[in-house]
Amino acid sequence: MEETGQFVDSLESLPVALKQWTVGFAPEAVRPLLDATLTALPIMAVFGLLFALTTVIERKGLGRIQNRRGPNRVGPAGFLQWAADGLKILAKEDIVPRSADKVIHYLAPLALVVPVYLAYSVIPFGKDLVAIQLDAGLLFFFAVGAGTELAVFMAGWSSRNKYALLGAMRAIAQMLSYELPLLLSTVAVIMAAGTLSLPEIVRTQTGGFWNWYFLTPWGLAGGLIFLAAAAAESNRSPFDIPEAESEIIAGYFVEYSGFKFALFFLGEYLGLFVMCSLGITLFLGGWDSPLPFAPFTWLPSYLWFLLKLCGLIGLFIWMRGTLPRLRIDQLMNLAWKFMLPMALLTVFTAGLCRFIADPLLDWIVGLSIIAGSYMWLGRSLTRAQNIGPRTYRFAD
Amino acid sequence: MTELHSYMLLAAAVFCVGLAGALSRRSAIVVLIGIELMLNAANLNFIAFWRFGPNPEVFSGIMIVIFSIAIAAAEAAVGLALIISIHRHLRSTKVDDVNELKG
Amino acid sequence: MDAGFAIIGFLTLAGAAGAMTLRNLVHCALCLVLAFGGFALLYLKLGAEFAGFAQLLVYVGAVAVLIVFALLLTRNIESTGERIGARDWPVGVAIGVILFVLLGAAIVNSPFSHALPETRANAPTVKEIGVSLMTDYVLPLEAVALLLTAAMIGAVIIAVRETDSRK
Repeated sequence: MEETGQFVDSLESLPVALKQWTVGFAPEAVRPLLDATLTALPIMAVFGLLFALTTVIERKGLGRIQNRRGPNRVGPAGFLQWAADGLKILAKEDIVPRSADKVIHYLAPLALVVPVYLAYSVIPFGKDLVAIQLDAGLLFFFAVGAGTELAVFMAGWSSRNKYALLGAMRAIAQMLSYELPLLLSTVAVIMAAGTLSLPEIVRTQTGGFWNWYFLTPWGLAGGLIFLAAAAAESNRSPFDIPEAESEIIAGYFVEYSGFKFALFFLGEYLGLFVMCSLGITLFLGGWDSPLPFAPFTWLPSYLWFLLKLCGLIGLFIWMRGTLPRLRIDQLMNLAWKFMLPMALLTVFTAGLCRFIADPLLDWIVGLSIIAGSYMWLGRSLTRAQNIGPRTYRFAD
Repeated sequence: MTELHSYMLLAAAVFCVGLAGALSRRSAIVVLIGIELMLNAANLNFIAFWRFGPNPEVFSGIMIVIFSIAIAAAEAAVGLALIISIHRHLRSTKVDDVNELKG
Repeated sequence: MDAGFAIIGFLTLAGAAGAMTLRNLVHCALCLVLAFGGFALLYLKLGAEFAGFAQLLVYVGAVAVLIVFALLLTRNIESTGERIGARDWPVGVAIGVILFVLLGAAIVNSPFSHALPETRANAPTVKEIGVSLMTDYVLPLEAVALLLTAAMIGAVIIAVRETDSRK
């Protein structure tokens, strides 16, 4: 048993040890730069590969939900489709509209991808696998997330296309509206953990799945609000009206082709992954294994993180295949009239539950506040729309 | 090592660029942009004085900047709402055109 | 003056100058974003992490987007053919230049121009900032909360389109 413990410990420290062994080969002056590069490159490579695999798995998953197979021609059961797609995109001609604003048109994909990659640097992927240890890590995460909204505007405006501009304005309005419930749902976790530093937040949840914040009343509500707001932030179905193919063709990136389009696609999926990673860190215990005894602890912490990430990505693919798209006014109503009050109530419940010692009373009070207000808000908001009973007219 | 006066000179330069722009442009939105630049330059001064000050355990410089950022955001919101409302009325955002009390 | 400060300072000043002199207003707004980013980097360089991230979150994430929305809603992007300066724009520029000369002279002749040691104090942690917000600065905190509420309600009331007025 002890050897397995030591083996698992060496597996845990394998990435960091590998990096330090590689850095040891370089001369003294270049070491910090090489260290930084070797910290950033694996993250970029792993999530790039995950993006490639997710495109295939999403298409196959959506296909199965819609009672068909997904792509199954390229490679074994279609799993090399990402390579074919990548080659196709790289070989396409890069068309820039004649009246487009060239500099901004060129910079917009970069302005999308770079902040999203920056956001990966504060997420703890394993027990000591965080790229930058920041005291205000969560604030840094949301601060760089703000750069993506400007990238959306730059893309939509520089294309000199009124549909692109319309899509960009809708996308920015959506992202701004959903940022508030996103931030407020994380405030509940910050209050419970007492810190903004993400490795510390994970450390307060270690020890088994009963410590995870998802299993507290405010954590449950906060987690669900966070997931919905994360889907809206990444323009993901059911919130994908700004870029829905049947509505506005591609919205703000309709005038982009070739590699720039691939960069937008990459930026969106990477944004989804980083939001899922943050959700796992805040609500699902991060790299913690659900049960603190063997054989569950034999898996290194970063593999647990990967498993949870795959689970959440599967949940998002499921959401995309199942739920119909929201119209832009329904979307904005949902954000401002429903999710914002629910997020505020979650923060209030988190503060209240801090003073209640008994866990059962905790759950009763929290659940009654949140579930009660959920039902009341839901009823009153849908009642206001005067949706009568459905009537059918049949052709005779 | 960068010294305090470099930061102060940079802050003064940005402040004066913002002031010159705010005084000499016709579009109201650019005037507001100039005001935001002036506020940012003042914030930079506060943080520089906090860092180079005699007792940096007292972080009142950072606290002033946090409040200043919040207030500047509120002021930008109200200012832009006013500009939008005036545009709706006068169909123009030039500051020269807002010269009547009527209407 | 080290290389980092020179680069960031140049970018900030270039962004500010671009924001004030460009004709296309969206280019002005994007240069302003560059200036904001430069300021955030300067705060980080000076060790004020929280202020730097708050600057990015509030200014780049909210104020810049607000300015861009106002530009799009008032539809005055290009002003081709017309002059961009007001009637007496040389006066404005002259005031700016004179003020810079005055401030520069004051700074260079002040006691600060000799090398002050950069005190290596630790930046306050978020916990310390939070504690001081709730103890020393609770009155400004409440006042700012009231101000933000009033500003939000006021901005909505000013900018809302009147639906019951003349069609």
